[in-house]
Amino acid sequence: MHVVGPKLRTARQRLREERSRGVGRTVVLGIVGAIFWLAAFGVLYRILRYFRGVEELGPLLAAKLLGLVLLSFVSVLVLSNVVTALSSFFLAKDLDFLVSAPVDWLRLYAAKLGETLVHSSWMVALMAVPILTAYGVIYHGGWLFGPYAALTIFPLLVLPAVAGTALTLILVNIFPARRTRDLLSIIALGAGAGVVLVFRLVRPERLARPEGFRNLMDFITVLRTPTSPFLPSEWASQAIMGELRGPFDPLPLILLWTTAAAFVALGAMLHRQLYSQGYSKAQEGAERFVRGVFWRRTVGTALGFLPVSKREFVLKDIKLFFRDTTQWSQLILLGVLVVVYLFNVKALPLHKGEDVGFFYVTLVSFLNLGLAGFVLASIAARFIFPAISLEGRHMWLLRSSPLDLRALLWSKYWVGTIPLLVLALILTGLTNVLLEVRPFMMIVGLVTICGLTLAIAAMALGFGALYPQFETENAAQIPTSFGGLIFMMATISLLAAVIVALWQAVYAYVRAIYEHQPVVIDAMMIFWFCVAGLICFVATVVPLRVGLKKMESFEF
Amino acid sequence: MIRLEQLSKLYGSFVAVDDISLNVRPGELFGFLGPNGAGKTTTFRLIAGILRPSGGRVFIGADDVHQNPIAAKQRLGFIPDRPFVYEKLTGAEFLRFVAGLYGQEGATIDRRIDELLEVFELTSWRDELVEAYSHGMRQKLIISSALIHRPACIVVDEPMVGLDPKAARLLKDIFRQFVGRGGTVLMSTHTLEIAEAMCDRIAIMQHGKIVASGTMDELRQQTAAGNVSLEDLFLKLTGGVHARELAAVLGDDGV
Repeated sequence: MHVVGPKLRTARQRLREERSRGVGRTVVLGIVGAIFWLAAFGVLYRILRYFRGVEELGPLLAAKLLGLVLLSFVSVLVLSNVVTALSSFFLAKDLDFLVSAPVDWLRLYAAKLGETLVHSSWMVALMAVPILTAYGVIYHGGWLFGPYAALTIFPLLVLPAVAGTALTLILVNIFPARRTRDLLSIIALGAGAGVVLVFRLVRPERLARPEGFRNLMDFITVLRTPTSPFLPSEWASQAIMGELRGPFDPLPLILLWTTAAAFVALGAMLHRQLYSQGYSKAQEGAERFVRGVFWRRTVGTALGFLPVSKREFVLKDIKLFFRDTTQWSQLILLGVLVVVYLFNVKALPLHKGEDVGFFYVTLVSFLNLGLAGFVLASIAARFIFPAISLEGRHMWLLRSSPLDLRALLWSKYWVGTIPLLVLALILTGLTNVLLEVRPFMMIVGLVTICGLTLAIAAMALGFGALYPQFETENAAQIPTSFGGLIFMMATISLLAAVIVALWQAVYAYVRAIYEHQPVVIDAMMIFWFCVAGLICFVATVVPLRVGLKKMESFEF
Repeated sequence: MIRLEQLSKLYGSFVAVDDISLNVRPGELFGFLGPNGAGKTTTFRLIAGILRPSGGRVFIGADDVHQNPIAAKQRLGFIPDRPFVYEKLTGAEFLRFVAGLYGQEGATIDRRIDELLEVFELTSWRDELVEAYSHGMRQKLIISSALIHRPACIVVDEPMVGLDPKAARLLKDIFRQFVGRGGTVLMSTHTLEIAEAMCDRIAIMQHGKIVASGTMDELRQQTAAGNVSLEDLFLKLTGGVHARELAAVLGDDGV
């Protein structure tokens, strides 16, 4: 506790500073958080209530769903812990002090493991609350279910933390000097491969199509079989469903805790063997470089029409991005996820068998806007949201120079928005091509995703300025901050608003086609298009204005 | 010319800078001294336009830094005490970026970059990422960046920290030549010998106020001190604490 004391006190002080900013902010955060939790709870409650009504299969489906949710949590946590452990065990600024102090290895390991666990798991832990509450309510878990669920989830958070930390420790030891570039590329590739692997391992599409099985018994057999008997997420799922549905079996819980304890012990032993060598390697000379002529000749020349301050700012941002492994390596993961996304759309059984075509194709294409918007928001949270925070330490230079803050915001906005826009158009365009939608939906989809992208990027920048994290050592931690959460929630609200507005127009189109009427773009349709456009416009302009105002008030 | 008029800065109820006025003339090297926490760095950040004053005004030339920031900052070169530089840019790229912030580019800037790197002996490091630079090399780079756009005024907070003796001497020469050509330098330092040897006038700050200001002779008159050194003057004005018993600090149980 002594070792993590300063961090705890810093966190407490931050909380005090937050409180001193007034209750209004807390109330707003509370309301947005509550809405988000209630929405997650509501969706799952409905699904589980439906499952409960299904004889035999219901509880099995509920257990399977829980297993899948927990498995996805564990996968996300392993990746998140690997990245966080690199920062907290090897790059954090307090390490020079701690390593040179007479702090024994076990205390250092415990303190840093705890820090890694909290940083990488708090969001997943918060997400788990409405999900487990829905299970507790549907299956009448009673008031003891809460503590029991916490008892089950805790070791499930510890396991990926230890595994991620150990993986980082080994990789830092394998790669000479400060080769975080190689290290993180491998992590990103490994994670990408892991996602695909997990996806194939689980084969979720089989569960969605019981008719694909020879008979009902085969289907039930698949449901009864654990996804993998060695996966801790499966143990947690069994422990929770056992408590809720009976018969109660303490074995999964015992397995979870003993495995977690064994993992911590093994992790500590590995730490003892490898840490000092790895830490020393991580401190060795940074990478030396090169002339940055490439970007100057390409982007610099292309942007020749811009004022020099804006051009230099854009060039600087691009160079920093591609020279910072923690930033660019995520593009690999992003690529894998886009491929998986498109693969899933292609795998949809819309054009197979009888002609279910038009309505479902239009519906999927339309709802895909929301999903693509969510993917874009996650990417914006990762790449655009931290942009202002990352300038924090250099504000002395920017504020003492005659640079107009609007030019700074402008550069940040377009450097983030243009790649996002390209990705958005590819995602939506290719999805629509795969779905074989008609030109009307193609145009609606492409125009809408452009509007959404412009708004999402502006919101990412605006919220990033409103909730800056100037002191964070690791850029990867910035999107998981409270501000990042609020940004994601605000974006989901934007997506919902635009989709609801557009639905009126798309519904008129679908009905006309369905009734074999000519599609008439009438006043009502135009009105709803305008409403969607206005929402996007406001969501673009207001966050940028608010962000600029906030930046003008920054003091360093 | 740098002019402060009744400048104040409050952090909540804490008064960091308390109603100070100052006029640093062209062709003058002005020393700003004071114990830790006296408000020097806050004053410098107010002058550079990084902080907003709670009261009063700051002029660089004829322009108010907070009313007309673009014009005022065009004339300023600021060197902070704890500068963070973009670690993933090379030294030459950083200088080009800073010149760009001042709207300057082209062959002139390329030539100045070469000259500055040459003067500060960083030429062989020009295409290395800043993350590979030592503390002293970073300090040289920051000083170069403050000179790249040819400012009329330089505000510099603790410039000698981290510099080797050769670079420290170089910097002194640069500052003297700069003011010799009509430039203005406002410098804070804890090295009183440097201040005494280099500065035309000196202000001593304590608890956010300027407690004395003027040439060395004027300071001696103001404090009614005899022919004493700046160190003695400084300790007299700031109530220097008597040296504590070393044994008490180091522990009296022996080592």
